[in-house]
Amino acid sequence: MAASLNGRAAVVGIGETAYRRGSDRSALALQLEASLSAIEDAGLEPKDIDGILPYASGAAVAEDFITNFGLEDVTFSATTPMGGASCVAAIQAAAVAVATGLCRNVLLPIGRRGYSDSRVASRVAAMPQFHVVSEFETPSGTIAPAQLYAPMARRHMELYGTTADQFAEVAVTMRRHAMLNDNAIMQKPMTVEDHHASRMICDPYRLFDCCLESDGGAAVVISSAERAADTRRPVPILGVAEGHPDSPSVITQRPDITRLGLAKAAPRAFGMAGVGPEDVDVAEVYDCFTWTVICQLEDLGFCPKGEGGAFVEGGRIGLDGALPVNTHGGLLSQAHIVGMNHVCELVKQMRGEAGRAQVAGAEIGLVTGYGDLGDGSLAIMGAAA
Amino acid sequence: MSARPPTGETIISRPVPEPTIDSKPYWDGLKERRLLLQQCGNCGLVRHYPRPMCAACHSLEVCWIESSRRGRLYAWTEVHHPFVPALRDEIPYVMATVELEEGVRLQCQMLSAEAVALRLDLPVEIVFRDVQGGLVLPFARIV
Repeated sequence: MAASLNGRAAVVGIGETAYRRGSDRSALALQLEASLSAIEDAGLEPKDIDGILPYASGAAVAEDFITNFGLEDVTFSATTPMGGASCVAAIQAAAVAVATGLCRNVLLPIGRRGYSDSRVASRVAAMPQFHVVSEFETPSGTIAPAQLYAPMARRHMELYGTTADQFAEVAVTMRRHAMLNDNAIMQKPMTVEDHHASRMICDPYRLFDCCLESDGGAAVVISSAERAADTRRPVPILGVAEGHPDSPSVITQRPDITRLGLAKAAPRAFGMAGVGPEDVDVAEVYDCFTWTVICQLEDLGFCPKGEGGAFVEGGRIGLDGALPVNTHGGLLSQAHIVGMNHVCELVKQMRGEAGRAQVAGAEIGLVTGYGDLGDGSLAIMGAAA
Repeated sequence: MSARPPTGETIISRPVPEPTIDSKPYWDGLKERRLLLQQCGNCGLVRHYPRPMCAACHSLEVCWIESSRRGRLYAWTEVHHPFVPALRDEIPYVMATVELEEGVRLQCQMLSAEAVALRLDLPVEIVFRDVQGGLVLPFARIV
């Protein structure tokens, strides 16, 4: 049997700043603010942090947290450079570190000025893992994630009959959830017609198929199960995994461009947790684009490949549906905090502290990461004790 | 929609590739209007994009073959938003993923294609165009 982290680690604290378009704080200040909130939420003090996993493509390194918090002896630091899959992949690295005793309390911070500073096309071009795309594909005019990912959605539509109405169902549902969330940027109602009337960015993606660019910070603290027992409201990690697609550096050379790295991670994480998709009460799914949600629901095993479009129809992923998805509004309508906002939302759901978006009686939940041209990550959590 | 603050960095011109030791023959080939593909010197597997090792047999021996430039449309997107201001005048343009006869794929702009006319497996051929600063790029054209 594969090594198991089931029950060996828990999320003990979460912290989020206000999410906005426009901030007068630096990206480092934003994540220090969120980190302090997460540490306090856990009932810890900064000096208790001895592991740091900062966002690999972000504005801060572990040394910045050591310096600003005055930490005396950090014993573990690492990064998980997987773009939008980084935050959830870092949960796996953190769980390994606390389960093996390398450190006791690991901080996973992220902060960005995605609205106020550099645009996404510039950001991804600077990521080392984009060097193949940068050399061979961006000269032809394929620069931004929307352009890189749109052909995956187009092929899925051509092969399986997935429709723009189904994309709209995702966008409209995320907006409805955001309107229940005081810390969500988008508060204006959206209809399917609004989605279809939004301007085309790159076919099949319209503006309302694309996530926001936001300013804000978020952080979580992960501790070993033993230490977690002393904290306020620990949420146990039952299963966690990362997955890299075939041809991870370029989408175009991938045998099947409608299958993500998540398809490899999902069986491992579910196997570790000892549960299946049918046991999941709430899912926070990385939603940089609407179709990305549809594809991940397939790769997670909620439905067969090609049936994700039909799966999201009829309110199934709404708060009152069979599988509530992105109860906070997601990257599409809450804010783009690279999915750490998804991690925080899942912890709230597992604590029963998700306010108006609380899924009644939620006992098993999952959060995914997706990014870096197809990397995937998945964490499955259980209800707080 | 609110305007962006002026601090946003924007990619102004079409990005220019920086060839490596492994990829230089590919870019040199394009300058001669030839589409060159790497072939494993040991097992014969054709691969793209250029890289040092064959994933099948782990040989570092490399040959270069010239592509037939014939292929089929594997996926596409019609770009409406000017992510690259240098391409603003070309909007809307279609980015195509072409599966070449040799079994590998190429990402390239299509010449004067209407997205409504596109379908999976549409036969296309690769042609060459000068774009800027001595750079020659492959483009796709419906056969």
